This record gives sequence, structure tokens and C-alpha cells, in this order.
Amino acid sequence: MDLHFTAHEPDPEEMEAVDRLLSGLPLNGHRRQYLLPVLHAIQDRKGWISPGALNYACQRLEVPPAEAFGVADFYALFQTRPHPPVTVHVCDDIACHARGAEALCAEVRTALGPEGESRDGHATWHRSPCLGLCERAPAALVVAAGDPPRDQALAPATGGDVLSAAVGVAIPQPDLAASVPQIGQPGLKLLARVGRIDPTSLDDYRAAGGFLALRRAFEMGPAAVVREVVESKLVGRGGAAFPTGIKWQGARSAALPRYLVCNADESEPGTFKDRVLMENDPFALIEAMTIAGFATGCEKGFLYLRGEYPLALARIENALQRCRERGFLGEDILGDGVRFDIELRRGAGAYICGEETALMNSLEGRRGEPRNKPPFPTEAGLFGQPTVINNVETLVNVLPIVIEGGKAFAAIGTERSTGPKLFCVSGHVKRPGVYEAPFGITLGELIDLAGGFGGTGRIQAILLGGAAGAFVTPDHLDAPLTFEGTRAIGATLGSAVVMPFDDTVDLRQILRRIAQFFRDESCGQCVPCRVGTVRQEELLHRLATDRPLGSLAAELALLKELGQAMRDASICGLGQTASGAIESALARLPIYQEKTL
Amino acid sequence: MTFQDAPDAKIPVPRGPVPVVPPPRPRRAVELTIDGQSVAVPEGATLLEAARQIGIDTPTLCFLENLTPVNVCRICVVEVEGSRTLVPACSRKAEPGMVVHTDSERVRLSRRMVLELLGSSVDLSTAPQIAGYMERYDAHPERFGPPAPPARDHERDLARPGHHPAPHNGQTATGGQPVKVDNELYVRDYSKCILCYKCVEACGTDAQNTFAIALAGRGFEARISTEYDVPLPDSACVYCGNCIGVCPTGALMFKSEFDLRQAEAWDESRQTATDTICPYCGVGCTLTVHVQDEKIVKVTSPIDHDVTNGHLCIKGRFGWEFVNRRE
Repeated sequence: MDLHFTAHEPDPEEMEAVDRLLSGLPLNGHRRQYLLPVLHAIQDRKGWISPGALNYACQRLEVPPAEAFGVADFYALFQTRPHPPVTVHVCDDIACHARGAEALCAEVRTALGPEGESRDGHATWHRSPCLGLCERAPAALVVAAGDPPRDQALAPATGGDVLSAAVGVAIPQPDLAASVPQIGQPGLKLLARVGRIDPTSLDDYRAAGGFLALRRAFEMGPAAVVREVVESKLVGRGGAAFPTGIKWQGARSAALPRYLVCNADESEPGTFKDRVLMENDPFALIEAMTIAGFATGCEKGFLYLRGEYPLALARIENALQRCRERGFLGEDILGDGVRFDIELRRGAGAYICGEETALMNSLEGRRGEPRNKPPFPTEAGLFGQPTVINNVETLVNVLPIVIEGGKAFAAIGTERSTGPKLFCVSGHVKRPGVYEAPFGITLGELIDLAGGFGGTGRIQAILLGGAAGAFVTPDHLDAPLTFEGTRAIGATLGSAVVMPFDDTVDLRQILRRIAQFFRDESCGQCVPCRVGTVRQEELLHRLATDRPLGSLAAELALLKELGQAMRDASICGLGQTASGAIESALARLPIYQEKTL
Repeated sequence: MTFQDAPDAKIPVPRGPVPVVPPPRPRRAVELTIDGQSVAVPEGATLLEAARQIGIDTPTLCFLENLTPVNVCRICVVEVEGSRTLVPACSRKAEPGMVVHTDSERVRLSRRMVLELLGSSVDLSTAPQIAGYMERYDAHPERFGPPAPPARDHERDLARPGHHPAPHNGQTATGGQPVKVDNELYVRDYSKCILCYKCVEACGTDAQNTFAIALAGRGFEARISTEYDVPLPDSACVYCGNCIGVCPTGALMFKSEFDLRQAEAWDESRQTATDTICPYCGVGCTLTVHVQDEKIVKVTSPIDHDVTNGHLCIKGRFGWEFVNRRE
């Protein structure tokens, strides 16, 4: 390719960072897929991506600089202008908002100066959307460039901890029981090993039954594994609830090569279950991906991990390495002639990349813009090839299905929502955390499991399913938490977020923050979402500041029309759900009142 | 047909096994119903093509016959029975038995909203086609409130993905910003950009393979940009002007046209458009020369011309300045 470059040169450190990453990689065919890893390498080393470094990356990967810049400039964790080496991302999203995020922002501002500025040239801070640490809110992520880079997630975060972490001090984090209160309870299937084994030890994993499911799967053969998954009636746990067995069946007859992708880009506000699984039982995910690859005939898997999860990154990197050393991944797994390996890729701060086709574009080194469907990924996905893409929790469910059989799995839960489920409980409950319960547990029972309502105990509203979900009220505590049960109350289970807000929370600010979230996370591709999310935020801002344009009724009518156009005409699920939670709140809660002037 | 069947016996026949070219698969007809009319189109045809075949005028903005459909503007959405959401007619393939509505309440609402959202955020003063659509769908962009003042020069180019200033004073955000004038041939007025991706496609694999511009930023701050917003003369731009040729809103404009408009001297009623053949090389591109007051003011090429597909190079597009010099 004949490319044109500006005169900017890379410095030796930038070149070394790029070369080190690319050494040993096969730079043929789809070499552009390494663009995101290369940009991470530069960002990790220097704290920003300079024009010279970008030129060098583009020369190595044969990518036009304008396109590579457009990719770098798409992701919130990449800095494309001169930037201090240390960045503190302070979560001010809804779960943290309910638990002191503004106080934390004020402390950080006092210490580091106004948002985005730097007093000493060493550190700066930015507000951030949900960091997936909601059970220990308020949260912050400290990202420190260097060799090696030091990234630390802090929750609960204090101003003092943030400052210490910014100068490289490792801050001890609370015991795992603060995230998984059920540790050690009998009967758990998905959380059985969490907190019971050393997540860095393959031997510990095997001693706790690890890789028995893989052996069993190899004995059964691929077709039988798919049959069991179909029989289990497992559906996707990422939010869309598509039947996993159907997806796998479709893939088995598709063209080769085909790819397996694990969607670990968990970023729905209020969602942190996949993080807890990956941090504390990483080998389980690798085993499950290997079974999925075996069953669907994929020899290569990609694990696309949310960029804001440094601990999960370290744990999975380690687990992959251990598995390769011991023949659980590679050319001849368990000596059975099965070939499968996994490439770990980091996202870089973009909620939209949790959308499956946007994720594939991101893996290919492109902007995370969703593709139009059809064609669906099982037909034409990653690199245009048939692709099976599943969420972390979905995959981990395959282990009990293989061990105990699809029928036994289907007996758990309800007729239409089968199996165990992880719930992300945060906000105003006494013991926030990840909870495992069979489908069908009622909202009230789950809240009880989490110690009952917290805060003042006077709950105004409960958000179900995340920012793309819906608000319900304490009147709905008897609703069973199933796909059909939540639908019956006009809500959605989504990614199983349960977030109560007490009466100290200004729900107008929560709605405005949700609207801001969608505006910030829209990829910008299609008009209904790109501009519609802006107009929705502006409208909610007017209402939150008691300055409606015309009457309140006119504003609400406009909001409804915006919602319908976004739902009907947006390319992907982001725009299609951007007004859902807001509209549900307006329908159920007396949030805005007409002012008597 | 094989080589051996070649009618002209003077053409040497290659030795060895003769490659057999499979006959083209006959394209099956797909039958569907649009607005109550049944229509048959060849397999692979889009809903837009099917609708056009029976005379239904579907509005389009980001679609152009000589570019790959990107289906981002969403003004062409139609309702397909059984589909949860509306679908873009420009890229959705016709399927047997589809029942399509192109003028339902849902379709009209989404099209009107798309126009209002664009009208409230983009300067559409040089996009007469969109003004026509606005009238057709009774769009009122002003109902979102008064526009915020335009951004300062290059301010939008520094936006951080995932961050934006809070709305204030009840004003609506727009893409307003100063015009980028950094070369003698064309200007970029991104206040007028609807982000249809056409210029990026024309600069890239759909025509020029130069890749001087791409999408940068995200969300409402997404924009067309060179790397790090460097001026065009520092970028890969080769000044073919094919981006101007495909721009539907006048965001990309010949400097000659821009200067005349600035001087309030641009007058299409005084212009003639004459087709001729480009004199520079042997390719034989058709040029449409636009002349006002006996001066060439811009050069285009017909989109349906089989040599150019509407695209030119720097010489054909801009190499006429000498004609305007009388001395």
C-alpha cells in the first residue's frame, strides 16, 4: 500500500514499545487487527499516542494514518493529544452517584486540580462512565504509563488512595467477600470456585474439578455437546437472551475457518458479574471457551476484555499462559488431537464495543461502529468469516451443562428461563455484590439475599437491566426475575442489574446521567442515535433545571417522539434502547411536575 | 463457453487443459409487496431498487449509486412486516414474500425526526434537496430550541471521546464551526457536514484509494478529519476532488464556488453546464464544465458516465485555471 506520512518521527521508546509488541506476531493477512494492541502499547508506555508514534505504528501495520487516528480517537482510554502519564478515571455513573461519587470527585479536584488539567504535569483526572465496580462504589481507575504500566482499580476509592496510587503505591483492596457475599455457600454452580481457590493456580483449578468438563466434552464429541446445550435451553447472559444452542447449531454448518469470540466487554452501567468471574475463576472461562470452540469447530478464539479491568487482564493472561504450558490450549489439547487457542484483546473504553458487530470491527483494528444486520455473525462475522460470539457468563454455564447434562440444567429455574443466574446488586442495598440464584427468584427475595434495602430504606425506584433496562418500583418486589417475568412488568432482565435508589437520590439527575451516558457512548454513525441522544440529554437537562421549552407536556411529547425514532431507526441496540429506562421512569414515577407559575 | 469455441480462428488456442468458465448463474426473481403493489426484482436487489422500480420515491442522503451503501443517515428506512425495527431500504436486500410499507406512520415519524435532528445540528443552507424533504415530511427542526453559538476554530477537533460539556442555557448543540480553508482548490465547511461517509468512501476504496480522510472522534463529536487534524497540504490528499463530487450538502466546495458565494456572486441561473472530454490524457473522461460569466467556476463528471463513474483526477477537476486567464 502506498501510504503518505507527515514528517513526525517516533522517539526510541515509542519504537521499542511497538516493536516489542509486534515481535513474533505473523504480520501477514489481517495485520491491521494488531492496531488496537499497538495503540495500547504506545499509550501504556507514554500516556498518549503522539503523531510520530502513530506514523510508526502505521508503517509497521500498513494502515493509513488518517484511519489509524480515527481509531485511536474513538476510544476513551487513548489520548491523542499531549497528556500527563498518569490519568485517574473517576466513576460518576449512576451506581457510584448514589454512593458518594460527587464527594470523591470533589476530593480529587482539590488534590489534582480541575478535571482534565494537571498542576504538576504528572497526573490528571477525568470523570468516567461506569467502571464495573458498582458493588464497592465509589470507584476510580488509576492508569499510570511506564514500563511496565501500573493500572489499579480502586473501590471503594478515597481521595487519599487515588493520590497514593497516582504516585505508584499499590493500594490493598477489600476482601473478596465484599464483592461475593455468598462465598463458600453450598449449591453454587457459577460461583462455586470463586473465593475457594487460588485464581492464579492451574493445580488448584484442577483439584476443584477443573477440566473435567473438557474431558467429558471430548468423549461426547462436538455434535453431542451442541445437543446438550440445545437441550439445556441456555440463552445468552449478555442482555439479548438469544438461545446459545441455536447459535452453535447454525455455526456448525457454516464455512471454515470460523472463529469463536468471547464478549468480555462488560460495560452496561451497574454490571460487574463477568469481571468477578474472570478475576476469580479465569480457568473456567478458558475451559468453557475451549469446549465452545471444539463444539462449533473453531480453532481460534478471541477474548475481548473490557479495557478498564486490569485485574481480570492479569488473571486471564496468567491463566492462558499456564494452560498453554500444560497442554490445555494449543495444537494437541489433552493429547486428543484437538487444536484451539485463545488470543486476549483489550478494549479501550467504548461501551458500544459490547455490541457484537462493533466488537468485531474493534478486533479487526477498526472503529467500534456496529454493522448493519443481516448478515449476522454466524454467517459473516470476524474477518468476514462465520463467528460464534458469546458472553462470559453464558460460556461458563456450559461447564455444568456438559457435566450434568442439558436436561438437569433445564430443570433449574423456570420453563423459559433455565439455569442458575448471576445478579449484579448495587445501589441502596445493605450488602451489594454478585449473587447467584436460580432464575425465578423474586426481586424481593434477591433484595433480601443482599441484606435488604440500604440507604434510608425508603426506596423510590429500582433500575433493572442497566441503563438499557427499565425502572420498576417497590410495588414490583413479587416479580420473578426471569426473562418472561420482567417482561410482564414492562421491564427487561438485561445484564441482570438490580439497583435500588433511596429517597435521597434526585432521580432527575439519575435520568440525566443515563441520557449523558448514551450521548457519550454513541458511536456517532447513524443520525437517530448520534443527534437523538444529544437532544434527549438536552431535554432532560432542561427538565432537571426546571426550564422546559414551552410546557412540560410538550417536552414529554417530544421526548416520546425522540424515543420512538431512536428505537425504530437506529442501527444497533444502543440507540434502540437509549430511551427505554427514561421512558419507563416517566411512565411509573412522579419525577417531573408542571410548575404553577 | 470455452476458448475452443472462440469464433475467431486466428486467435491462438492455448495448449493443455482448457479452463472452463462456468455459465453465469441465472439471477432468480424475488417477489415482494411494497405499499400493496407486488413487484419482482432480481435476486440481490435492494428494497430501494425495488421501490424505485414501481415509481416510489424514497428519500436518500448517504446513498449514492457509485458508492458502497453505508446506511447511516436512516432517512430511507421502511417498515418490513415481522421486523422489530425499521430497516434501511438502501442496503436491505429484497427477500421473497416481504411485505414492505414505505409511507406508514412509523416510517414518516422516523424520516421526519431524522430531518429535524439534522436540521437542528447542521447548516443545510446549500443542500436544496434536504429542504425539499423537510417540506415533504413537515419537519420543524427549531422545536428543539435555539442553537448554541458555533465552536471556535479547531475546537471540535480536540473533543475527547466520551466527554462533552454539559448543555447550558437551554441551547442545542450543533456542529457549527469556522470553515477550514487551507489550500487553493477546495474548502471544508464542516458546519454543513451530515456525516454521510461519502467523502471518506470516495477518498478510500470506492474510488481514489488515497485515505487522506477518515472518521475521527465519537458520537456527536464524530467528524471527518485528517490524522491529528493536520491541514490538507500535510495530509495524503491528492486533490482529486472526488470528495467534493459526492458531498450532498456543500460542506466540501470548490474554492472558486466558495469565493463567489462569499462575494454573493454565485448564481446558478447564470451558469451553463457543458460536457466535453478531458484534454489531459488518453483515458477520455467526460467533464461537465460549469461556466458563469464566461469563466469556468467548477468541473464535475456525470455519475453515470462509464469511464469516470463521476470521479476525476486533479487535472480534470482543477486544471482549468489557465482557461480563465485572458492575458
